[in-house]
Amino acid sequence: MKHAISVLVDNQAGVLSRVIGLFSGRGFNIESLSVAPTLDPEKSQMVITTTGNEQVLEQIKKQLNKLINVIKVVDYVGRNFVEREMILVKIKAKSDTRAEVLRIADIFRAKVVDVSHASYTLSLTGDKEKLSGFVEMLSPIGIVDFIRTGTVVMEREMQGRRKLT
Amino acid sequence: MKKITGANAFIEALRCEGVKHVFGYPGGAVLDIFDAIMDAQDIGFILTRHEQAAVHAADGYARSTGNVGVCLVTSGPGATNTVTGIATAYMDSIPIVVFTGQVPTQLIGNDAFQEADIVGITRPCTKHNYLVKDVADLARVVKEAFYIARTGRSGPVLVDLPKNIMSSLVSFKYPEKIGLTGYCPTYKGHQGQIKRIVSLILKSKRPVIYAGGGIIHSNASDELTAFARKSGIPVTTTLMGLGGIPARDDLSLGMLGMHGTFAANMAVTGTDCLIAIGARFDDRVTGKVDEFAPKAKIIHIDIDPTSISKNVKVDIPIVGDCKIILECMSNELDNHADILEELHSNMQPWHECIDEWKEKQPLRYGKGGSIKPQYVIEMIEEIAPDDTIISTEVGQNQMWTAQFYRFQEPRLFLTSGGLGTMGYGFPAAIGAQVAFPDRTVIDIAGDGSIQMNIQELATVVQYNLPVKVMILNNGYLGMVRQWQSLFYRKRYSHTSLAVSPDFVRLAEAYGAVGIRVSETADVGEAIKKALSVNGPVFVDFVVDPEEDVYPMVPAGAPINNMLLV
Repeated sequence: MKHAISVLVDNQAGVLSRVIGLFSGRGFNIESLSVAPTLDPEKSQMVITTTGNEQVLEQIKKQLNKLINVIKVVDYVGRNFVEREMILVKIKAKSDTRAEVLRIADIFRAKVVDVSHASYTLSLTGDKEKLSGFVEMLSPIGIVDFIRTGTVVMEREMQGRRKLT
Repeated sequence: MKKITGANAFIEALRCEGVKHVFGYPGGAVLDIFDAIMDAQDIGFILTRHEQAAVHAADGYARSTGNVGVCLVTSGPGATNTVTGIATAYMDSIPIVVFTGQVPTQLIGNDAFQEADIVGITRPCTKHNYLVKDVADLARVVKEAFYIARTGRSGPVLVDLPKNIMSSLVSFKYPEKIGLTGYCPTYKGHQGQIKRIVSLILKSKRPVIYAGGGIIHSNASDELTAFARKSGIPVTTTLMGLGGIPARDDLSLGMLGMHGTFAANMAVTGTDCLIAIGARFDDRVTGKVDEFAPKAKIIHIDIDPTSISKNVKVDIPIVGDCKIILECMSNELDNHADILEELHSNMQPWHECIDEWKEKQPLRYGKGGSIKPQYVIEMIEEIAPDDTIISTEVGQNQMWTAQFYRFQEPRLFLTSGGLGTMGYGFPAAIGAQVAFPDRTVIDIAGDGSIQMNIQELATVVQYNLPVKVMILNNGYLGMVRQWQSLFYRKRYSHTSLAVSPDFVRLAEAYGAVGIRVSETADVGEAIKKALSVNGPVFVDFVVDPEEDVYPMVPAGAPINNMLLV
């Protein structure tokens, strides 16, 4: 089962490698990872998406907590949360496909962030499923390059409310 | 405030931590510190002959005293040589702080002479580590290093000290408080869980306590023994837990696991309530994990949450310090005096069953012929004073010691359990002897292991540390040969030590005393003679070359499936 785990850490050199070393050393899997400083510049927030059975996840969380530089670990499974990821896609766009690319971009509410005679670069934000659908639609046209940021998550304030997206 | 150099601030920080002894080896990157330490008359420096030995000595010092052991080495190869020692301490949760020199900060990353990324290298085998990049951080880092090493589940911490930091000036002030937001170990156990544990225990009929190194680390052996006696529950210990309950106590089953006693392994297999305290269900203990304590409800008491339900699913976990929790459990027993009576009578058949196992299958070995290594160990126990500290190397010598030397108290047995580091015992004995100059310290060694840190003969002679090394010389890497004998059709691939030095003359060459024993009848006299020498002694016991360690559980088998003598 997939889990998004947010990890609040000291914003210090070497902390990322402690976290990553823990995963590789113990054979845990990292599917995506994003790291950035928080409002408090002394701390950074990581979001790691990972898979594993209950026992593995339990170990991952405990082992993360054991690291001296880790302040807080939250597993979002079973919680109501907003999940977002951003993707940049550079796609071939000759005269015959330019309109089609823009139509798909419009349907997904993606933005054109760069343009040339032979290509568009699109950016899109959404959850994993939306981004995957977007990539699937663009693939036949010819993706030149693409990059994903990895998932970031935030807990919803009103836990009872249905997901908006 | 008057400014002092980083090196002097470092020495002051050690003083603030109450450090009395440092084990180490000098080099270019730590010249400033060595210059400062020369004037620190209150800090004894012990120059080992290899950095690995310096770490093991600090480790032996820590295990025998319970205080943090300290080690100081140079950058690059000095630092990388400490890795085995650090990993050894990490696996056995031993509180040590290793200070390594580093090239000046402006050269870090430049592949400078004697540069190694020791913080990167030791990240997976330290509890935590630091690179000091600003001399203003030095005092705080040293304080945190000692604090992290000795608190919670103790362990090794490394601090990397660049050369320019040690020569920079700083106004020294040792911080009073620790400010580690991400680190706050749990000591007090959850009261509700303690009640649940005790009520489960009181309902059981065949309970067993499985006690590990955590008992030793938290100084909980009195509490363990008291709880066992009050409840009447038998106790088996791991290798690391030996001495946690007096081995000659009626309730002691001895060690469990791969080379555990018959009674201990049968009891754990048959128990309906396994109480694991400060132990981590290591594969050498559990054997085939699915069939470990198959009929039992499992209680697990440990200070490290990651140890719980890591290898074996636990029914009632409780995170905290063994000593505190055992005290609470004893008190809780008092609240149920009537049910306790019932437990005692319910356990009667269980005790009879255990006594029968003990009687039918005691630890034993064939007598006659050449010297039996087990006999040497029995004689050492008989002759050496009660407070003798015993270290071992790794392999058969270690297992025979664990089986046949009956440790009555904690902190008398120093052995590399988790990592299984050959070459550990001799330097560890040095550390213990430095801590306790007036006590007898004996390293029980094999002819293979002893050569892995044999250069320390120079150290014991230089400081006149009267360590006694008892070499069980069978001409083989005995434990590996045993496996080859049992599981590889006696194909002794590279386990015969065809050439070894003459240990007697080698000891003499270093200025120590050497004694050789070839006859069983001379064993006792030789041990007495060795112990009477006021200085280091090597005793070379020429023992039966093909003696094996039994009982033995083949790898991957359930632990009630033992090969017996």
